[in-house]
Order: sequence, then C-alpha cells, then structure tokens
Amino acid sequence: MFSNLHLIGFGDGGWGWALLQGAGVTISIALATLPFGLALGLAIALMARSRSAVARWFATVYTTVFRGIPELLTLYIIYFGVQILVQRGLEGVGIKGFSIHPFVAGMVALGIVLAAFSSEVWVGALNSIHKGQREAGAALGLSKAQIFRLVVFPQLMRVALPGLGNNWMVLLKETSLVSVITLQDIMFIAQRGSSNTKEPLLFFATAAMIYLAFSLVSWWFFERLERRSNRGHAAFGGQTR
Amino acid sequence: MRWCDHPGFWLGSEVLQNYGCRMAAGLGITLQLVVISVSLGCVAGLGLALVRLYGPRWAGVMVGSYTTFFRGTPLLCQLFLVYYGLGQLRPFWQDVGLWWFFREPFYCALFTFTINTAAYQAEVFRGAIQSIGRGQFEGALALGLHRWATLRHVILPQAMIVALRPLGNELIVMIKSSSVASLVTLFDLMGATRLAFSRSFDLSIYLYAAILYLVMVEIIRRLWDVMEKRLTRHVVVR
Repeated sequence: MFSNLHLIGFGDGGWGWALLQGAGVTISIALATLPFGLALGLAIALMARSRSAVARWFATVYTTVFRGIPELLTLYIIYFGVQILVQRGLEGVGIKGFSIHPFVAGMVALGIVLAAFSSEVWVGALNSIHKGQREAGAALGLSKAQIFRLVVFPQLMRVALPGLGNNWMVLLKETSLVSVITLQDIMFIAQRGSSNTKEPLLFFATAAMIYLAFSLVSWWFFERLERRSNRGHAAFGGQTR
Repeated sequence: MRWCDHPGFWLGSEVLQNYGCRMAAGLGITLQLVVISVSLGCVAGLGLALVRLYGPRWAGVMVGSYTTFFRGTPLLCQLFLVYYGLGQLRPFWQDVGLWWFFREPFYCALFTFTINTAAYQAEVFRGAIQSIGRGQFEGALALGLHRWATLRHVILPQAMIVALRPLGNELIVMIKSSSVASLVTLFDLMGATRLAFSRSFDLSIYLYAAILYLVMVEIIRRLWDVMEKRLTRHVVVR
C-alpha cells in the first residue's frame, strides 16, 4: 500500500487532483443542499405548529415518510422516478431526451431528507421561544411576518444551532450516496481510481481521510459558532448541548 | 404458490408478483444484518464506553479516535474500505485463514455495520453514564460497594433508561443505512428492489420497498414508546 503513495499524489499518473475535485463536488453538493433543506425544514416546522389541521397532517406525514425510508431509496426515487415521470409527460407533447442532472437530483433528494430531520430541530427551537416574545411583538404593532423575522428568528438560531450542526454532519456523510447516481464526488473518484490501479485500500483510505478532515473542521466550526451564539447566555449546569 | 407471491396478487401488481419472493428474501437479509450488527455493536459499544470512561488514559484516547473515525466518515466509505480494501490483502487473509470471512459481502457488511454502530452506541452509553449524578457514585461508595458493583447495580440501570431512546434511534438509523449493503452486490431489501427495477422499469417497486422500510421503522418506534413507558413507570412525570 505504502509503496504506491504516488498514486494519490499530484505528479504523473497521480490521482491527487481528481480526488481534490471530488472533494470539491462533495462540499458543493452539501453546501448547495443546506439552504434548500433548512428552509424547507423550517416551512415544515411552521406547518407542524400551524392552526390548520391539513398543514399539521401534511407535516406529520412528510417527516414520518422521509425520516423512515433510507436516503438511498429517496435518491433513487427522485433520480429515476422524477426522470421517468417527466419523460412520459414530455413525450406526450413531443419532447424527447430529457434527463435530470445528477447534481440536481442529489441536491433535491438530500434536501428533502434534510428538511424532514431539520424540521424536528426547528419545532423544538420554536417551542423553546416564550409566547410572551410574540405577544410583545404584537403589542409593538409588528405584523406577523415582522414578528417572525425580527423577534423569533434571531432567538431561534441560537437554540437550533446544536441540532442543525448534527444535521449538517449527517448531510456531509450522506453526500457519499450521490456517487451511485454517477455524480463525481470523492467516493466516485475513489471507486474509479481503485478499479484503474487495483489499489482499493489506498483509495478508500484516502477518501475516508478526506471525509474525516471535513468532519473535524465542521465539528470545530460548530463548536466555535455555538460558543459565539451563546455569548451572554448563562448555560444551566454548564451544558449547552 | 409460495406465501411471498400472494401480496402481488392481492395488490394486482405485476412487478410484485414477479419479484415478491426476492423482496421477501431481501427483507430477511436486511433484518439479519441489522439485528446481528446492532446486538453485537451494543455489547461492544458498552465495553468501549466503559473503557473510555474508566480505563487507562491511553485506552481512552484510542477509543476516542475510534469513535471519531467511525462517526466522521460515511458508512458507504467504511464498507468499501472493508470489502474492496481489505479484500485486496487476500494473500494475508488466506495465510491467517480468514479469507472465507472477507470474501463474503454479507460478512463484510455485517463486520462494517457492527464496528460502525459500536462507535455510535459507545457515544450513547458514555453520554448516558455521564448524565448520572455524582451523588449516585458517592452514595454507592458510602455503602461500601466496590467499583464493579456500583456500576452494575447503581449506575447502569439508571443509565440504560437514559440510553433507551438514542439506542432506538440508532437501530432505526441502522435499518435505513443497511441499504448501502446493496452497493457491495448484496441482495438485501434495497438490493432486491434495485434488481427488480432494473429488470422491470416499474417505479412502483420503489414505493413498495419504501412501505416495507416505513413499516419496520414504525414498529420499532411504537415498540420503543411502549418500552420507555414501561421502564420509566417509577419515574415521576418529568
């Protein structure tokens, strides 16, 4: 294994640049999914607390389904399912050759799953905000949207941060699944490299190290972010998580 | 007609008629993978947690690195590392007589899932044990209990209640993550579904698979609710 380290280097016949590009794709899809998934999750959380029974029912079904089925299955359903449905629809009007880009399919699938998991975090955070905050906002004559944007949301982030940090860590690792729909992320490159060079141990160990580096950086970052957002808040019992 | 052919006829689904038995066999493999790996992982995880908390410093550091590695990398990557990566060392495994193990995708998946879930469960147990108040340890000490007795009779019974919910979550996560086993040529529920789809191009097979996974997860969720209610009946409403 160690005699072949040049295979993951940047020189001639080395896969270094390819692996770096794969790492770039992994980070891009994770970062692209994050805002979409979190926003959808917040919408689902607001539905779960809404007065309308239909909205509450929808939120329950959504979270139950997408928390209960494997991410891989969601990915396949989105990638193949939507593709086939849209193709059938388009063939009806005479357009052929439609295909979803794997990046978009991966982003949508991971985003849908992230929304289901993050909505639980958002609900918990929303529940932690005292009713008096909204009432005070209303007493100041703020509209409902303004109350949410100016009063509730800033306080929400502090409480939601640890949970969302976990969601991010899970998302980062789940991105490895998009390699099965031919998106060229770290896992995809590592698979291709190992089948070309017959050195799977080297390539998958390298891939693991890259993921580990991402995870460690994320852990460090969220720890700092949490400490920063907790300024001025005494942590009861010294624990904030 | 075998029993597993029936659902396809009841539902009038052609693809389920053709692949119902493969799906059932796949479900069996998924259940085997999850039940065995989570049980073994539970024992290993508890051991690791105890080593991390009460073992010598160097052992604690090693357990810490182990959990960090397995919690910081994707399960898919770990599975490929074991199945393809360790498979590369074939002459070595043949020498030590373990090739029969690392040759089989099923054993590789089982091994990977076990060491992966052991890392997560170790963290669950560590958190649960740490959540037990200092006074409990001091009380046991005052009663003259030695360390092992304290752990066994005082700390662990309380810690298990705290650990119950996260352990249930871990079980659910494993049921879902076990679907990556299909990517190392294993025909678990996901593998059977992929096979059925690639031959029939009938999307509904994915929906039937989704329902099966959902049912498994719901059963565990309900079971855990019942267990939690029963185990915490002595605890005043929190």
